[in-house]
Amino acid sequence: MAIRRFLSHKAAVTSCIILGVLTLFVILAPFTARYGVNESVQMPPNSFLTPRAQAWLGTDDIGRDLYSRLIYGVRVSLVIGLASALISVTVGSLVGAVAGFRGGKLDDIMMRITDLFLAFPFLVTLLIVRSVLGAMSWIKPLTGEMNSIRFIIILFGIFGWMGVARIIRGQVLSLKEREFIEASRAVGASRRYIIRRHLLPNSIGPIMVSLTFSVVGAITGEATLAFFGYGPQAGDGATSLGNLVGAAKGAVQTGFWWLAVFPCFTLVIIALSINFIGDALRDATDTQLDRGE
Amino acid sequence: MIRYILRRLAWALPTMLIVTFLVYVALRIGTNPVESYKRSNPRVTPEKIKQYIDINGLDPNYVLGYFRWLNNFVTGNWPRSIKGSREVWPALKDAMANTLRLGIAATVVGIIFGLIFGVLASIRPGGKRDIAINTGAFVGISIPPYISAILLQLLFAVYWQRWFGSSLFPTSGVYPAGHTGFDLFLMLKFMALPTIVVAIQIVATYSRYLRSSLLDVLNSDYMRTARSKGISERRVLIHHGMRNALIPIVTLAALDLGSIVGGLIISENIFSYPGMGLYFLKSFGDGDFPLLMPWMVIIVASILVFNLIADISYAWLDPRIRLE
Repeated sequence: MAIRRFLSHKAAVTSCIILGVLTLFVILAPFTARYGVNESVQMPPNSFLTPRAQAWLGTDDIGRDLYSRLIYGVRVSLVIGLASALISVTVGSLVGAVAGFRGGKLDDIMMRITDLFLAFPFLVTLLIVRSVLGAMSWIKPLTGEMNSIRFIIILFGIFGWMGVARIIRGQVLSLKEREFIEASRAVGASRRYIIRRHLLPNSIGPIMVSLTFSVVGAITGEATLAFFGYGPQAGDGATSLGNLVGAAKGAVQTGFWWLAVFPCFTLVIIALSINFIGDALRDATDTQLDRGE
Repeated sequence: MIRYILRRLAWALPTMLIVTFLVYVALRIGTNPVESYKRSNPRVTPEKIKQYIDINGLDPNYVLGYFRWLNNFVTGNWPRSIKGSREVWPALKDAMANTLRLGIAATVVGIIFGLIFGVLASIRPGGKRDIAINTGAFVGISIPPYISAILLQLLFAVYWQRWFGSSLFPTSGVYPAGHTGFDLFLMLKFMALPTIVVAIQIVATYSRYLRSSLLDVLNSDYMRTARSKGISERRVLIHHGMRNALIPIVTLAALDLGSIVGGLIISENIFSYPGMGLYFLKSFGDGDFPLLMPWMVIIVASILVFNLIADISYAWLDPRIRLE
């Protein structure tokens, strides 16, 4: 049922294909990229070349091929998005399920904290949490340097679980009054068993949906940070979509349109595709719609 | 009603204290105010540093320091900024006025267009217009504000100038350099692009909200009753439909303040518009504690106020809800 409904969502299927192709390109980066990340397309003068046969999407300020850099950048961004979404969804679903199921004080406190975080402007909270996280020296072995990719992943993991927890909590609150949970409690199942065997599997729809939205959140979030100069300074041989979009800011006034347009469009296409998939997943797994049909 | 408001206001005070305390601690850990003071003023004397610590309440003990800061803040004894030793309030006041102007313009434009698109989309759900608006809104949500800002800037300022000789909209500031006095037309011209950037987000969000909320309402029994009474379709839609559909939207609008401010911060930064966002990013980058704390207080206070407005207007629009 759910799969058929998902497949009938044309935009989502198109998005899956686009993302699939993109992922293939990115995984096969050594073959699809025409130049190395830091390789110039030719001897100087090579900066700010317009798109041409030699460099399909033009070159940047020091003569590197934008097309190849985009491929490497998307690779880093997808890793950041997926990894931090996995962290935030795992933590978020567990916390949300426990809070929703047990209720009481724990639930109250948790919801207050998430309310607070969500009410603040996103960028402000993000910058402050980032600086606090970076200032805690005991956490350094886990997070690495403040401008490393690992740090960004953990930052968005910490940041993203709250939204997920809210969604899962809502789902669990409505599930826990259903008969099958009551039946399972009546035969003496432990709380842990109920959460693991009944509540989480039945919340798989919302969990999948929050996973997609977390991926978008982390990818655009990384770009936002990079845009304001707080992004990851990926080491040698790496860049990220955020870095490329950030570099676009400087290219606008001078009119190097390719440096602005291509990274921006790549980011928008990725965000749009994942959003479409998330939307279709939500429609497809909504149990309320199930009963209607 | 009045008792409810008073009680909420009484609650707002402790909330305010707790949140500002958390912000105080976070900023102290995150930006390390004393170090950044020394960094901005390399040749500062130890007495000056001690004075700085005193007036900012940077006691090693966070609780003690917080109350010291609070005392100075409430009595109006505000420290000066660490860079250039400027007074905080005039800078903050100007930034607030600029942001309010931009924020209100963007919200009004955004909500008007959002409502129009939402109504248009919900008249015939599943129709061509609905699909077009829905897809458009989806694209709008997926475009981060800095990307629309970059592309708008590229098109209307840089390339417009190449193609037509002069740029359509200026890209930075409130007035051209050297301008004095008030000039509405010039101001609107400078506000156009930053407003559009923020408004795109609002339009995209609200047209979707309103569509789903209107569809819920349109299928309800009282709409059928209203139609069967023989009231004109327009009256049914506006009087019975809109009022009920707006209930969830109003709450969302007030609660969305955070994301609007977020959009403003990004938009202001790109267009060098001297508002709260630029103020925050600059002072955060410098680790300027004296500038940051009052900014935070204002943001927290406005979040609380808007929450209150949301609850009150909710009850006002929907008489079934009893405030207690």
